[in-house]
Amino acid sequence: MSHAVAGKNYLNESSGLWSWLTTLDHKRIGIMYFVSVMFFFLIGGIMALLLRLELFSSNAQEGISFLSSLPNVIKGDANPADLYNRIMTYHGAIMVFMVIVPGIPAILGNFFLPLQIGAKDVAFPRLNLLSWYCLMAGAIMAFATLFLNKVDTGWTFYTPYSIRTGASVVLMVLAVFIMGMSSILTGLNFIVTVHKLRCPGMTMYRIPLFVWALYSTAIIQVLATPILAITLLLLAMERVFGIGIFDPKLGGDPVLFQHFFWFYSHPAVYIMILPAMGVISELMTTFTKKTIFGYTAIAYSSLGIAAVSFFVWGHHLFVSGQSEVAGIVFSFLTMLVGVPTAIKMFNWLATMYRGSIEFTAPMLYALGFLFLFAIGGVTGIMLAVVPVDVHFHDTYFVVAHFHYVMVGGTLMSIMGGFYYWFPKMFGKMYNMTMAIWSWVFIFIGFNVTFFPQFILGAKGMPRRYFDYIPEYEQLNRISTIGSWLIATGFVIGLIAMIRAITKGEKAPDNPWGGKTLEWTTSTPPPHDNFTNEPTVTAGPYEYK
Amino acid sequence: MSTSRIVNGVEVATHYKDDTHQYLSNKEGIWLFMATEILMFGGLFIGYIIYHTMYPEMFAEGAKYLDWKLGFVNTLVLIFSSFTMALGIYFNQKNQPKKAVMALGATVLCGAIFMVIKYFEYTHKFHLGIYPGQMLNLEMVKPVHQNLGLYFGFYFCMSGLHGLHVLIGMCLITWVMIRNIRGDFHSNYYTPIEGVGIFWHIIDLIWIFLFPLLYLVG
Ligand SMILES: [Cu+2]
Repeated sequence: MSHAVAGKNYLNESSGLWSWLTTLDHKRIGIMYFVSVMFFFLIGGIMALLLRLELFSSNAQEGISFLSSLPNVIKGDANPADLYNRIMTYHGAIMVFMVIVPGIPAILGNFFLPLQIGAKDVAFPRLNLLSWYCLMAGAIMAFATLFLNKVDTGWTFYTPYSIRTGASVVLMVLAVFIMGMSSILTGLNFIVTVHKLRCPGMTMYRIPLFVWALYSTAIIQVLATPILAITLLLLAMERVFGIGIFDPKLGGDPVLFQHFFWFYSHPAVYIMILPAMGVISELMTTFTKKTIFGYTAIAYSSLGIAAVSFFVWGHHLFVSGQSEVAGIVFSFLTMLVGVPTAIKMFNWLATMYRGSIEFTAPMLYALGFLFLFAIGGVTGIMLAVVPVDVHFHDTYFVVAHFHYVMVGGTLMSIMGGFYYWFPKMFGKMYNMTMAIWSWVFIFIGFNVTFFPQFILGAKGMPRRYFDYIPEYEQLNRISTIGSWLIATGFVIGLIAMIRAITKGEKAPDNPWGGKTLEWTTSTPPPHDNFTNEPTVTAGPYEYK
Repeated sequence: MSTSRIVNGVEVATHYKDDTHQYLSNKEGIWLFMATEILMFGGLFIGYIIYHTMYPEMFAEGAKYLDWKLGFVNTLVLIFSSFTMALGIYFNQKNQPKKAVMALGATVLCGAIFMVIKYFEYTHKFHLGIYPGQMLNLEMVKPVHQNLGLYFGFYFCMSGLHGLHVLIGMCLITWVMIRNIRGDFHSNYYTPIEGVGIFWHIIDLIWIFLFPLLYLVG
């Protein structure tokens, strides 16, 4: 039963589809999450491209509409406006619940959290596998609604429309409920793992910053997701029995749904961004060959963001009829998030200062993150100001803002983390030139797509419509062309990955000179992660 | 991790140091899970508080349709079942599996009594035309408050979700009871019983809040 046998690693210690579907190895579960989340990302991405194609020109009224020119198999008998609403709903729901929320914790976290703290596995391997099956079950239910009555509520399921529409809201909502359970199980697992399974000498102040970020995220996952669960259950009950809690006709309050929904969904934004920040901390220190600047400040700012995140949800309700006093309080609290976030930003900049920066693909993603997330964050502060938000609410300015945070922040970081850890995960090196070209297309394409949307929003173009007045056409065309650049970038990246896995060079154990524990074990890691249990005597980033 | 080994008569997964390490980790996991349960019910309680401040008379009127005596009996049944559940753990700690199985059996029985009483309460309400929200039969009930259906929306959601948890709890207790009969537990190893016990106690605790809020309000 020695796992240290030469040539044996987690990938080849057993084979066959069944050995994967029943695996309890956190590394294999991470890979399974990777494959499934990338598939969801592909579908959500194709939907985004369809939306942008419809918005390429403003002539939909006169019958020149991309969506209405689609073959009947795809569009059914829907008119372009309905079709647009549906595609937009699925794009949002897939990207939020099936890509960005599970993205970093379930893929990279699953794989590297135990490795980084010197553990053999997560605390509850069976729950870990169960969480993947929950996500799959939720995904199947969500996709099943595509073949029933397609959902057109937007990913937020706002009442009262979600009570009245003829779409399969109940099935969709239960799908999200089950995916929420998956998220809770991951978070619960990570908290106990960090508390109980650190190797000898790995004190809380020696765990890598990625682990700190995952730990803070896990707290939000466990504390916020149950509120989403009960909200969605109540919405389902509302549709099935008409219980009245969110229905004004029966004395209920539809705005209460918004409060409940955002009480989860705002912290969920930090479920998406905190682990991304953790990845950036790792990349910054490894590719500047410098000890991270302000370890404690970065660690505590993660907890700080997690704590503040529970008290800012009202900024989504500035124009929903919440009291002005509440609006002002939520406005102030929202701006408070900027403080721990800025602490992180400045610590990363200070880490780079006089470091020997290597412009590898993962580092370029990290730099891209700094640039894009700064824009996303600052526009977030702008939107937190009540009078500004009243003007920008439900315009493309908001769309641009959260895409700069979610895509420019989280997705950049997923990609960066993925290029960083790819050699460890698969034991192969990728072609760096191709990876960098992929980054160039994604980075430029992203800005071309979303920067014009800030201007469009400022000019008053409302979001969520399938058409617009001709004055907005030029900027919309630029935006759509940008979406093709992003797609090109991802295709190049995908080719680079496939080529690396099929015929890439064998990766060394520590290709980047990383200092955290995952780089001390063999590549790819053995089944039990380490041949001998590691002992830690110093902090995680001891560069000279 | 599929591989495991025996430490102090307990099967310990390879990523744990020893049986205590595994026990404490499992227990922390169970408590975290129970935190999510409490938070989930918390959403309902928040909704209750908000609507109670909006329509206090509606809640007072609705509570009149509930039989507080039945609710009180159910409260006693659940409190007693918490006691038998604790005995189930205690007897395993003392290596007396036969007594433990009897205590667990009594707990399941209490759960069943609770559900039977609940069943009669529900069917009686349906008989009177009392349903949640818009399904409330206005001709049969003749409510004074126009939104009375909303009260029953809360009543059926809160007690229904709680009842569902009682059913799940009964299944879990039956499962550990079967394992107990099989001889899986002893003074060094009773984690599943303790976990199920924590679940059962929290469910009882939630009922202790639900009872006054639904039956005695107003
Ligand atoms: Cu928010």
